[in-house]
Amino acid sequence: MANDATIDEICVTAIADSFRGDGEILCNPIGNIPVIAGRLAKATFEPAMVMTDTVSVLAANTIPIGEPNAEKLVEAWMPYRDLFDIVWSGRRHIVMGASQIDPHGNQNFAAIGDWKKPKAQLLGLRGAPGNLVNNTTSYWIPNHSTRSFVQKVDIVSGPGYDRISQLSNEIQQNHEIRKIVSNLGVFNFSNSEKRMQLVSNHPDVTIDEIVTSTGFELLIPDGIEETRIPTKEELKLIREVIDPHSLRKSEFVKK
Amino acid sequence: MGCSSVEVVIDKKMTETEVIEELSDGMTIGIGGWGSRRKPMSLVRAIARSNLKDLTIVSYGGPDIGLLCATGKIRKAIYGFVSLDSIPLEPHFRNAKQEGTIETSELDEGAFYLGLLAAAHRMPFYPTRAGLGSDMLMMNPEIKTIESPYKSSDGEKGEELVAIPALNLDVSLIHMNRADLQGNGQFLGPDLYFDDLFAKAAKRTFMSCEKIIPTEDFLKEGSVHTLKIPRLFVNGVIEAPRGAHFTECPPDYDRDEVFQSEYAASAKDSQSWENFKQKYLEATSHQEYLKAVDSRTQIEESQNG
Repeated sequence: MANDATIDEICVTAIADSFRGDGEILCNPIGNIPVIAGRLAKATFEPAMVMTDTVSVLAANTIPIGEPNAEKLVEAWMPYRDLFDIVWSGRRHIVMGASQIDPHGNQNFAAIGDWKKPKAQLLGLRGAPGNLVNNTTSYWIPNHSTRSFVQKVDIVSGPGYDRISQLSNEIQQNHEIRKIVSNLGVFNFSNSEKRMQLVSNHPDVTIDEIVTSTGFELLIPDGIEETRIPTKEELKLIREVIDPHSLRKSEFVKK
Repeated sequence: MGCSSVEVVIDKKMTETEVIEELSDGMTIGIGGWGSRRKPMSLVRAIARSNLKDLTIVSYGGPDIGLLCATGKIRKAIYGFVSLDSIPLEPHFRNAKQEGTIETSELDEGAFYLGLLAAAHRMPFYPTRAGLGSDMLMMNPEIKTIESPYKSSDGEKGEELVAIPALNLDVSLIHMNRADLQGNGQFLGPDLYFDDLFAKAAKRTFMSCEKIIPTEDFLKEGSVHTLKIPRLFVNGVIEAPRGAHFTECPPDYDRDEVFQSEYAASAKDSQSWENFKQKYLEATSHQEYLKAVDSRTQIEESQNG
């Protein structure tokens, strides 16, 4: 490896790269690693994006994560209700988690088992049904295994390409699952079948390891390369400016 | 005086106990706030220790839904989520779901907002795309889709949309930072959430507040933009200092995270729950509850000292 980047930092830049080309939209990552990634993208190659302070304003400056009293350059008030106007406008790219995801990109973080009396109640549908039919979505899955990458999800919170193909033109135009980043690799749906395919394996992870950790047949195009490592500038921003308390380490689950 | 004074003839002041007398079994009750933020907890606890039953609770849920699940008050919960924020899933709600003791209507967070808006506007429904493609419609078979009467961009026929039914409420309970005796409410924190819509979506609304102030003092507390609850949507005002405890009520106070952890731990088993209930829920008034909360802090302080 060309520098001392660790796997959590490689995941951060992999998620950050999903925002490339987004321009002046709301970058809306959920969870520590995605938030660090969004702030990194905004601080470097996507300066036009707007981001919340994760509470109730849009802040123009790069706020360190885990510091609720950090100084904010407030550019707009964004109470929770107004967020829906942005969701429904389509000018948003959200990064959510997934407890289960299937080959078509159907995502579940609602519950495991029968939804009426689940074996494990999880977060619920939350905003996933509305997000997927309105704006671009990516997923961050820190525990890639045959339990999270499954042939069929128990409940569909966020619909994937097979279900969306049955819906209106408007919804098909709005819907995009840009990228899935796990602790093992990067995935997308850029093929005619709209099935999940490998984009890159993270350094020190073999393609075989990804295949055996995935509960369905993954498309593996020829010429797969390793996920890029962060640049020196990116590492400095991650470690010193955006995440000085190393919250990225606590979120990351090493297999 | 800059304006001619009008004698105040409206006095809507009530106690928590008087609010409970206005409620009955089987009612549909909306609760304002959001997750573990600015919840009318003194009113929620008054319901928890009442004889009320079979309630339908409509909420961006937090410990309101959790407490009322744990005390067996809920027949049905209608929600966009049920979370304690710093603890992503409400643990008492989790128990109720996994034991199958409550009926639920789980909606997309934005769809829930449209249901409140429809009720506030006396509309039967508002349309949205949210829910199409996901399992929301499978989980809520009473929610129908409609065809848009307008042709869609591809020309053939109208787009299929989800008709989110109005969330009509018998009563709403909300908590504000300030209010006057006439029922005008003021929020001073960063977010009103949906409290104005809860008030408008309900036949009657009872509003607790940190402090009752004279009407002429509102603009000393905050700008005109903070006066979002006009009295024509409010039937009763309850003065409850720290009435949102342990949820946050900025700028008056933050969330009591230590207490919230204690509350969350009480979902572990029936003994933990009994202990919590005895200590905090059997207090017969909000003032008694605050005494129980504060004595615990004092014990901690003396132990640490």
